[in-house]
Amino acid sequence: MPAVSETREAVEKLAKSNYEWGFETNVEMDLAPKGLNEDIVRLISARKKEPQWMLEWRLKAFRAWQEMSEPNWAKIKHPPIDYQDAHYFAQPKKKPGPKSLDEVDPELLKTYEKLGIPLHEQEMLAGVEGAGQKTPVAVDAVFDSVSVATTFRKTLAEAGVIFCPISEAIIEHPELVKKYLGTVVPVADNFFSALNSAVFTDGSFVYVPKGVRCPMELSTYFRINARNTGQFERTLIIAEDQATVSYLEGCTAPQRDENQLHAAVVELVAMEDAFIKYSTVQNWYPGDENGKGGIYNFVTKRGICKGDRARISWTQVETGSAITWKYPSCILAGKGSVGEFYSVAVTNGHQQADTGTKMIHLAPDTRSTIVAKTISAGKSDSTYRGLVRMQPKARNGRNFTQCDSLLIGNQCGAHTVPYIESRNMSARVEHEATTSKISEDQLFYCRSRGFSEEEAVGLIVNGFCREVLKELPMEFAVEAQKLLQISLEGSVG
Amino acid sequence: MSDFLKIEGLKAQIDADGTPKEILKGLDLTIPKGEVHAIMGPNGSGKSTLSYVLAGREDYEVTGGSAHFKGQDLLELEPEERAALGVFLAFQSPVELPGVNNANFLRTAVNAVRKARGEEELDAVSFLKLAREETARLSMSGEMLKRAVNVGFSGGEKKRNEVLQMRLLKPSLAILDETDSGLDIDALRIVADGVNSLRGPDFSSLVITHHQRLLDYIVPDRVHVMAHGRIIHSGGPEVATLLEKQGYKQFLEAAA
Repeated sequence: MPAVSETREAVEKLAKSNYEWGFETNVEMDLAPKGLNEDIVRLISARKKEPQWMLEWRLKAFRAWQEMSEPNWAKIKHPPIDYQDAHYFAQPKKKPGPKSLDEVDPELLKTYEKLGIPLHEQEMLAGVEGAGQKTPVAVDAVFDSVSVATTFRKTLAEAGVIFCPISEAIIEHPELVKKYLGTVVPVADNFFSALNSAVFTDGSFVYVPKGVRCPMELSTYFRINARNTGQFERTLIIAEDQATVSYLEGCTAPQRDENQLHAAVVELVAMEDAFIKYSTVQNWYPGDENGKGGIYNFVTKRGICKGDRARISWTQVETGSAITWKYPSCILAGKGSVGEFYSVAVTNGHQQADTGTKMIHLAPDTRSTIVAKTISAGKSDSTYRGLVRMQPKARNGRNFTQCDSLLIGNQCGAHTVPYIESRNMSARVEHEATTSKISEDQLFYCRSRGFSEEEAVGLIVNGFCREVLKELPMEFAVEAQKLLQISLEGSVG
Repeated sequence: MSDFLKIEGLKAQIDADGTPKEILKGLDLTIPKGEVHAIMGPNGSGKSTLSYVLAGREDYEVTGGSAHFKGQDLLELEPEERAALGVFLAFQSPVELPGVNNANFLRTAVNAVRKARGEEELDAVSFLKLAREETARLSMSGEMLKRAVNVGFSGGEKKRNEVLQMRLLKPSLAILDETDSGLDIDALRIVADGVNSLRGPDFSSLVITHHQRLLDYIVPDRVHVMAHGRIIHSGGPEVATLLEKQGYKQFLEAAA
């Protein structure tokens, strides 16, 4: 049928459209030699001027990692990763301690500008002085492993909120870091978390004291820039009793040839009546038209609702990476605590995503909600993998799971793999799943109203994801909608 | 240019389980500017196919003939280009778009078309004002603007939503494919009023229907009888009355 072959041509043509944000920043780099051994771990720790306890923590992790092997249960395929063929430390050479954006390498700022990151000096300074700024956003910018600029620190400090690079927290707030680091994701939790624990170079640290509602959205932008540098972010967020915080994480990366490993660890701790909202928009380089050169993203994200009625909400829009392996999870340990997971995962080209969540109900009256939207196009493959576990004490535990898959074209795959374990008779677990295709009817209907084919796909996909997108903070939601459209350009089927 | 829409010897086929099936078999039809024409015909005569081919649906392969609108070769244009040119198809079965807000859909559509026509785009406020006026005119609840496009709409609501879209997009050629089906008499009147008030020197319409009933309210300038993929008879509004009384038989026999 002519319509089908034309569609296929259109897909192939447009799938070749270049990664819009693939460019490289030319900044002098300070690189550690390739490879991973105890000396490298020591070097990282020394470069970070870390105390002895931190070095020992890292070495313990490294030794654990050496005993472990890569997990192989995910529905992903990739050539073996040579962990010795990467740099584990890269740092832009900089003048000692930039105190303001003026001192930041203009090349970096230019890169951010290209990305449309609102780290514009004027805007930020205006925000600091509170000159008509609506919703201030504090940005802790991570540029290749090192936090380059942190804004809004003062305002946050006045509220008692600590928001700083984790390397700084290790030195400035060792008691907090020692108390919580590795408590949610133990060092040897999995292969990638152990690796991260050994070699992480930076990330963010957030501490919101009792009763404090964080006065602004916190955001961090990660980019991967140096050739062959693994990126190992480590994030730790602690919300004390009745504290509230919303954290945004957005990622884009420049185009490159070789696969890049990314293994971040994020830990969230929510005490009594605390609320942590963690939102991610991820758009890392997915690889070229043949699937070469994209980011391998192996992430461990987990939060614990330690106190009663605590709430943790994960929202993610994942459009990038060659491989995504990611299961933001909640451990519901406090009575009546709440875990939420809202996810949109888009795969196109040759991307592979195995993503989902785990909701571990430990205490009575705990509730969890999972809404996962999967969109597959091109030759991509996407799997939702979710675990809901009701432990014996999870009396009246409730879970609702909804997984919807949307297929575009006929060469992609979508899979749903729910794991449900209930050990309490009074617990209730619901799972709904649907799979659908964007129909020719829908496309034609939109086009007959004046939409181009791509606008029509964007519209339909955004409609499909609406339940998740509305969970994102406003400024992020707009960005995410654009991203969905960009990611699916030319994937009409 | 009195021949606004000119269709000559149009042939189109669809793929039916691997074998092409010809549905339009050399259809001729001309609609001058400012006129409203009706097409009536038995089931399977190709009425809906004609509407889809004119709007640009890709499942149909045009194998012969031509269709020009405002002097342009319609068949060369993408569906969205036809929309910009002023072609509007009110669907027989409007499509559901889950999660897509109706107001947002309408505004984006209106602005896409306005932009393509070189007109100024409407901002959210002026659009909403316009949309509210139009929904009131069609006795639609304002709630319908907030819902997802056609999702959970009753048959009648879907048809009104089509007419709402038509009024907002301001086409110069509106093709109504059995817009009357599923409407009660009050709704029919409202929908007919929605069409009639657009009538004027720059508005032409092709009304496809099974029943004379609609044509009591939208009185056509010409009525065409369609059978076996062709127009087999054309006449004034009286043809509709005749059909209602005597059925298609005499026309089919005369054409045979």
